[in-house]
Amino acid sequence: MAAKPGFPEILAFGPTGYGDELLWGAAMSISIALLAYGLGLIIGIVGALCKLDGSPLTRGILEGYTTLVRAVPELILILILYYAGTATLNQLLESAGYETVAINGFAAAVLVLGFVQGAYSTEVLRAAIQAIPVGQIEAAKAYGMSPWLIFHRITLPSMLPYAIPGLANLWLIVTKDTALIAVVGYTELALATRQAAGNTKMYFTFFMVAGLIYLIITLFSQKGFAILEKRVRRGQRKLA
Amino acid sequence: MNTSYIKFIIKSLVVGVLLLVAGGLLYWLFAASRWDWIAKYLPLLVKGLWLTLLLWVLSCILGMILAIPIGLVQVTGPRWLAGIARGFCTVIRGTPLLLQLWLIYYGLGSLFPQIGMIYPEFKNDFTWLIRLDAFWYALLAFTLSFAGYEGEIMRGAFLGVPRGELEAARAFGMSPWKVLTRVWFPRAVRLVLPTLAGEVVLQLKATPLAMTVTVMDLAGVVRNRITQDTYIVYEPLVLLAVIYMSLTFLTVWIFSFIEKKVPQKR
Repeated sequence: MAAKPGFPEILAFGPTGYGDELLWGAAMSISIALLAYGLGLIIGIVGALCKLDGSPLTRGILEGYTTLVRAVPELILILILYYAGTATLNQLLESAGYETVAINGFAAAVLVLGFVQGAYSTEVLRAAIQAIPVGQIEAAKAYGMSPWLIFHRITLPSMLPYAIPGLANLWLIVTKDTALIAVVGYTELALATRQAAGNTKMYFTFFMVAGLIYLIITLFSQKGFAILEKRVRRGQRKLA
Repeated sequence: MNTSYIKFIIKSLVVGVLLLVAGGLLYWLFAASRWDWIAKYLPLLVKGLWLTLLLWVLSCILGMILAIPIGLVQVTGPRWLAGIARGFCTVIRGTPLLLQLWLIYYGLGSLFPQIGMIYPEFKNDFTWLIRLDAFWYALLAFTLSFAGYEGEIMRGAFLGVPRGELEAARAFGMSPWKVLTRVWFPRAVRLVLPTLAGEVVLQLKATPLAMTVTVMDLAGVVRNRITQDTYIVYEPLVLLAVIYMSLTFLTVWIFSFIEKKVPQKR
């Protein structure tokens, strides 16, 4: 019997080890997380502004969106949106006379996670905007600033200190939520790990290595957000 | 073109799309969806709901019991113990629960039979351990996860109890244990009640992960039985979402009720 590769060798790159598979999975996870987080932020900014300033109809719709998404488990949402989204798209294509397409798993993952993140971002940003003293915005209006000017000169810089801790939390959540995409069968870090572990039966080794990768991502992100928070808080009075 | 005109066009477009989506959903719900499977699978669904509730409540209670010492040693314990506790919290909070669950289910789950193959005595004495149901692995994973998140929160809560109250308790001659059970712990729990509600809801929303390790909880019944038997995909998922949503709202309501029952002086 040929000697099976042991612990360090099994993580080698190339056909003998699983190092490249894991690294590719990690790259996929990070890209999905980044894009989904960005999409969530865009939804969040628009959602928060509309929730604060919109008509009763828009506010009602957004309230429904954030409540619904936050009350249902992410895994169930991902399953519903993943299958429903792809099926609806194909049905639309078919009825319009086009060929059905195989949906790109990566794009679907980003859209689904972004949609979920958007609900949480909306709430974080809404709370942050509400924490700004009304007088600041009223003063800006009194100066005759346009809404856009008010947003990027007053609202954005003064809400960031309130928003950064919540947004940092959301980033940490989305990096870990990418693992859920494994359940719908797209090969990111978690699924790559499970496949490698299943092939070699070295479950502890692979799951711990993957855990370490996630942990490194988390720790570096925390460091980054700490620096960012310090920066947006410059010029703010120190608390006690 | 003036801006109010553009605004009106955008608004009507948005409303139109939303009406279309809502109409499509309503049509699907009342005319195109199938619900005849419910009657056949009702007993299984009830059993699944029971497993989900068991997994959720047990992991919250056991996790909380673990979290109290984890939080406490980080505040008063010796440095090495505090370091271990902090490390545990960091690892749990820094890795996906799905991965922890798989590590425990596949890792431990394959470890016991391997030991059994090497030591036949182990196989005879611990057959139950080798044949352990996936439910217990899931319970272990969820308990550890809850303990990790809650330990961090309990640490903050123990720190948040005003020093004067603890000093007063000590001045009354209370033993350290009595200080903990009569003053420190009750005050800390009141402080975390609002956060705890959120954490318990998060834990509920984590339970469907158990279906990935063959547990027949609510999500497992829906995905691994109903959808596989009948090829009906969406209706069972919608039912799942509705059940989880109701449980979430029920939890939030119960916690706000408890919070009002235990008034807090600031």
